[in-house]
Amino acid sequence: MEIYFTLFASFFKIGLFGFGGGYAMLPLIQHEVVSAPHNWLSMADFIDIVAISQMTPGPIAINSATYVGYTVTGTIWGSLCATLGVCLPPFVIMLLISKFYLKFRENHYMDMLFAGLKPAIIGLIAAAALTMMNAHNFIDLNSGIIFATTFIATLYRFDPIKMILVAGTAGIFIY
Amino acid sequence: MSQLLKLFLTFFKIGTFTLGGGYAMLPLIQREIVENRSWVEEEDFFELLALAQSSPGPVAVNASVFVGYKVAGVTGSIAATLGTTLPSFLIILVIAAWLVDYRSNPFVEAFFKGVRPAVVAMIAAPLYSLGRKMRIKFKGALLASLVAAMVAFADFSPAMLIAIAGAGSLAYGIFKQKRHKES
Repeated sequence: MEIYFTLFASFFKIGLFGFGGGYAMLPLIQHEVVSAPHNWLSMADFIDIVAISQMTPGPIAINSATYVGYTVTGTIWGSLCATLGVCLPPFVIMLLISKFYLKFRENHYMDMLFAGLKPAIIGLIAAAALTMMNAHNFIDLNSGIIFATTFIATLYRFDPIKMILVAGTAGIFIY
Repeated sequence: MSQLLKLFLTFFKIGTFTLGGGYAMLPLIQREIVENRSWVEEEDFFELLALAQSSPGPVAVNASVFVGYKVAGVTGSIAATLGTTLPSFLIILVIAAWLVDYRSNPFVEAFFKGVRPAVVAMIAAPLYSLGRKMRIKFKGALLASLVAAMVAFADFSPAMLIAIAGAGSLAYGIFKQKRHKES
């Protein structure tokens, strides 16, 4: 029973502080699920979820909540608790914003807030990339070649799903 | 067809067909809610985006809450958010159950060995253009690097850093405003 509450609480925190959405939420998710005290997933598991999220529809935060909830408990209820946890804070906050948005629009406190949040969001995305540059994900020279190729392809706005499929197929041939 | 069902189905469609999440979802959201349903005016769409980005959490969820509320109040928000999240919830549930069994399959393992460095590249590559889009100057870049180093190398809590950056920036803004008024 306790595990369901812990899942809910962890993902509630991720939803509450997940400014910037998408990749900016990755270090938050990682901090909760890969690091101590929970150690729910290994680093390899975590990056695999990111890869799966790229190939499947929907927001990364929802995908990882559903995945972590299932793998930790082995039941759909774990998924449900985690997903509910990650959705609830944005739901409530966005509801308030929707209700008062005419006032909210001209609120210069928001500009002040985001002057500092924007660089922090960029920093978090960079941190996500940095922590993933480790021996789990870069096992040999071929990993470096796949990294460099995908880096350039991303700059030229290649379709992310195709890039994942190409990299995976290359993996099957190499390893 | 009731408004609630329409909201649910429209966002279910958005949730089903937007691969990659985040900003990849925006063109489809725009087509569905501005062009097909006329729930939001064209010029209001960008305002909706700005609002959706000022709340924490996935941008797609935030957008569904806003549109749902505008069309049918709180129940509208619930219907739209359920629609957005349900497809990924169901798909990931199937994949998670499957992957538990096939994790040790050599083909699956080799596939992911190839994919992992690619994922890192896909996260790292857009950083520079994103920074320019957010109009981050030297001071901002310094702060971003500091946050990145603290999280990646010193294991600082990202949630705590977000709270500090937000509170600090707000305090600095108010301080500057006060001084401006006094002088």
